[in-house]
Amino acid sequence: MSASPTLRRLGLLTPALATIGLLVGVPLLLMFWISLLQKGGTSGVDWASVPSGANYLRLVWEEDFDGTMIVNTSYLLILLRSVLQAALTTGLCLLFGLPVALWMAGLGRTQRDIMLLLITIPFWTNLLVRNYAWLIILREDGLVAQTVNAVSPFGPVQLLYNDLAVAIGLTYSFLPFMILPLYTVFEKFDWRLLEAAHDLGATRARALRRVVLPIAGPGILAGSLLVFIPCLGAFVTPALLGGGKTLMLGNIIQMQFGASRNWPFGAALSVVLLALMLIVMTSVALLRNRRAK
Amino acid sequence: MNIRRFPMTREVSLLVLAYLYVPVLVLVVYSFNANRTATIWSHASLDWYGRILTNPSIQAATVNSLILAFAAAIGATTFALLAALATSRAFPRRGAVEAVLNMPLILPEIVVAVATLMLFVALGVQLGLGAMILAHTAFCIPFAYLPIRARLEGMSRSYEEAAQDLYANRFRTFRRVTLPLLWPGILAGFTLAFVTSLDDFLTSFFLSGPGTTTLPVYIFSAIRAGITPEINAISTVMLVISVLLVSLSFFLSRLRR
Repeated sequence: MSASPTLRRLGLLTPALATIGLLVGVPLLLMFWISLLQKGGTSGVDWASVPSGANYLRLVWEEDFDGTMIVNTSYLLILLRSVLQAALTTGLCLLFGLPVALWMAGLGRTQRDIMLLLITIPFWTNLLVRNYAWLIILREDGLVAQTVNAVSPFGPVQLLYNDLAVAIGLTYSFLPFMILPLYTVFEKFDWRLLEAAHDLGATRARALRRVVLPIAGPGILAGSLLVFIPCLGAFVTPALLGGGKTLMLGNIIQMQFGASRNWPFGAALSVVLLALMLIVMTSVALLRNRRAK
Repeated sequence: MNIRRFPMTREVSLLVLAYLYVPVLVLVVYSFNANRTATIWSHASLDWYGRILTNPSIQAATVNSLILAFAAAIGATTFALLAALATSRAFPRRGAVEAVLNMPLILPEIVVAVATLMLFVALGVQLGLGAMILAHTAFCIPFAYLPIRARLEGMSRSYEEAAQDLYANRFRTFRRVTLPLLWPGILAGFTLAFVTSLDDFLTSFFLSGPGTTTLPVYIFSAIRAGITPEINAISTVMLVISVLLVSLSFFLSRLRR
């Protein structure tokens, strides 16, 4: 065999790395460049325009009729809503995911495997279809809406096209991402620690707070990241269940590539989304390091 | 008192299971509803399944989705297999390589999708099936990679060493020893890549040209146009296919080594 092992490995890695580099890395670099250009032309970008930060300024300021710059809060509000919605969803996933992971870890082997499969299956089924299911349920003539309206003292209630509907859909979409890392932590949990806590007179609540939760820390961080990041860039759920009234970042990005046809601004919004994601990931990494010390 | 059981965790778990599965069940049940409005039950019928079988737009979208998923899964599995062969067995820079391979999993899909759209338009690449196959191949690589690497990690080196002791060259060892042992992992990876591509909506939404709709893109525009039990029927078919394929992949990953 002539080729050195290092060279051979490099050869084996090239197709996969090149595919991802050319179809993920290069597009991101180009997008960053386009975010500095101006819109125009048939393709949505004026390639000859002078690079500037104008698209980023548009997030906050807009030009008035007489040319003065005034503050425009509409994009900032959408940005804020995306972050709050992602945070709310992460909180809901943790609230419901933690007890599930804890319960699963205490089960026998077969039951545990079945639960694991039941939690994983939704992850692999179509996101669009799962959100559509909620659309049917929450519609005016849907099952839940009819039940709620039958007992509601406030008259008919609109369940769809509001922030709550989006939160329900997002939690539904990403709950498995929270349960699985938590379960991985609890699966390795040494239950004797809990016995020791009980023997030393700790109540259940105290044992949960002082023994279980600290151990679940890394799982909580990992799960929160896995839920928060896709929520920030969610498009399908707000598009279907938010119905154009409760827009998120993903929806206004899509608009720039659809009806508005302003690719540079869409690119700038995408860069902002990536920046938000990086900030969150860095904070979590720092938090992890501090815990590890 | 069982120390492993925390109060209320069982109740919450059952509630969560209901939350996860009841909406899907409702969707499936209403796909068998004869009534035209998707939410008022009249009586059971298979009408909507008959309709989706004869709807030419759905037929065309199904063919596109299948071509796309096959092409992307074959490409992604091949590249992932080669990469896994390189990274397994004491490869020092595995962490860095896997960080790149997992990029499509971490980055928000909408960002990668619009970025790819801009690249393709800038380069003059025609939007449509070809463009979708390229983009899908890239994001399916990490899904195909994981099961293959897991299988390789669990494989003993001794069979390959024995083959080489018996004067098999490297290629022959790979074809006659490594590949047959690795086969379940490759199939599991292929299946996951196939499902991922089949279920993808966002990337296809931005990269599908006129006349090259995929099933999820068709479903999205159909929902926008108005809810009908026909959408429930086609959604049910997609759910069943995904669940079957993922179960197959689970089974393959657990095959005895």
